[in-house]
Amino acid sequence: MQLEDLTFNDSEWLRGSGPESDIVISSRIRLARNLADFPFISRATDQDRIEIERALKGAVLGLSDAKELIYVDVAQLPGLDRQFLVERQLISREHAESRGARSVAIDCGEKFSVMINEEDHLRMQVMQSGLDLRSAWERINAIDNHVEQKVTYAYHDRLGYLTACPTNVGTGMRVSVMLHLPALVITRQIEKVFRSLQKISLAVRGLYGEGSQAMGDFYQISNQITLGRSEEELIKQVGDIVPVIIEYERQARNFLIKESQENLHDRVSRAYGILRNAQTISSEETMHLLSSVRMGVNLGLISDLQIPLVNSLFIHTQPAHLQKIRGVELSSADRNIERARYLRRHLSPDENAENHSGNN
Amino acid sequence: MKCQHCDKPATFHITELTSGKPQELHLCEDHAREYLTQSNAEPASATSMASVLAHQMAQQMAVGQTAEELAQLDQTACPVCGITFYDFRSQGRLGCPYDYIAFQSQLEPLILNVHGELEHVGKTPSRSGKGTEERTQLIRLRREMAEAVRAEEYERAKELRDKIRNIEAGGS
Repeated sequence: MQLEDLTFNDSEWLRGSGPESDIVISSRIRLARNLADFPFISRATDQDRIEIERALKGAVLGLSDAKELIYVDVAQLPGLDRQFLVERQLISREHAESRGARSVAIDCGEKFSVMINEEDHLRMQVMQSGLDLRSAWERINAIDNHVEQKVTYAYHDRLGYLTACPTNVGTGMRVSVMLHLPALVITRQIEKVFRSLQKISLAVRGLYGEGSQAMGDFYQISNQITLGRSEEELIKQVGDIVPVIIEYERQARNFLIKESQENLHDRVSRAYGILRNAQTISSEETMHLLSSVRMGVNLGLISDLQIPLVNSLFIHTQPAHLQKIRGVELSSADRNIERARYLRRHLSPDENAENHSGNN
Repeated sequence: MKCQHCDKPATFHITELTSGKPQELHLCEDHAREYLTQSNAEPASATSMASVLAHQMAQQMAVGQTAEELAQLDQTACPVCGITFYDFRSQGRLGCPYDYIAFQSQLEPLILNVHGELEHVGKTPSRSGKGTEERTQLIRLRREMAEAVRAEEYERAKELRDKIRNIEAGGS
């Protein structure tokens, strides 16, 4: 399997299945690890990076289901393909934009990816659709055990797994759950939710992690603390708070329906109307409108659409995806036209009839 | 001494090092809190966690220390990878695993501030502990060997190479 084959794949995290998948998009756990006998990345020479990559590539390709792995040399990858992997959340922006030997191994179901030479030597992550941290932990723990058979991790008896940034030391674990919270945004309660999360040391980030805007009302909630609590405790901390936020979002949706059903229905229908008819549309506007449509489908205000299609449109309308699907590089203006065309083709019944229905 | 912003006594003496030249601030508790939280919030929006952290730390460390003491702490260097504490403070990234030992006294307050704990609980590698620190010494040995080669001290380079091979082979 090759990178190209991913283009029309539906990422695991966009499958729209699993527990609470109307609000919870995905569950994700990542572990940061470093080799004991090399400097951290900021001090690694070109030669160090090559050797780290070689050692970890061997360990990662030894994974039991390695034949289903796609191993990508990120340093040699064209910019468009790197951006494509960022949009699919298979690599970080930092990994896409840095220099020197670096790579990523991706399983073909896109349930896990392993970045080599990112901020740490090894960044492994497992993704599950819906709220399912338990499976994610079991999977990543098994991968970690396997890799550890082949290499010696930097580990300190008292501080645990040593990482390039002290914010990750200890377990090296980040547990995050991505939520779709449009009603909390509309009712202006989202800030309040964030403030209370921060008080209990949970971090809130946008769709693409640190510093990214909360595009399409997607928010990632994750643990800030990595030291002094076990992996199970960290999972529990995040896992316990998610149902509370889900409940807030449901209440906000009910409130919107009760207090202003017409307004809500109007908002959703207008969003749907624009997406089905626009001739040129930006990525930001698309995300914004798809968010309303997604909520509309979940609330039964739109009946002729399925969540997996809406989820996949969020990603297929991103800049690199549009260009990969189209097979050519496009200017920003041309992308907006292509994006509108793509949306019309997948959302409007008439055009659907003429064309292949795509990947819903 | 009075607070720079009001008439209350200044109990916080902050030396701000993040913007080039050291800048001394004398603030009461309220204004210190306001100052610290305000400047923390700024970089948070656009930049990475690491730089926020470095910034936070610079301020945290600066409380109650003179610029001179700070400069001295900053010059502590890791014997394994060679970075100074200042390098870490300005980048927010450590240079090698041994930094956690070399900069222990400077890092502990920071780690405590971030995590509220200093001891790891949870998973340990199954081949735990043994040889980990020794392997970390490989970083230093390789660096020294490269330097020896550069200085054309081949005798020394050969000794270092043998040591490295020995550790790599799992001996001691």
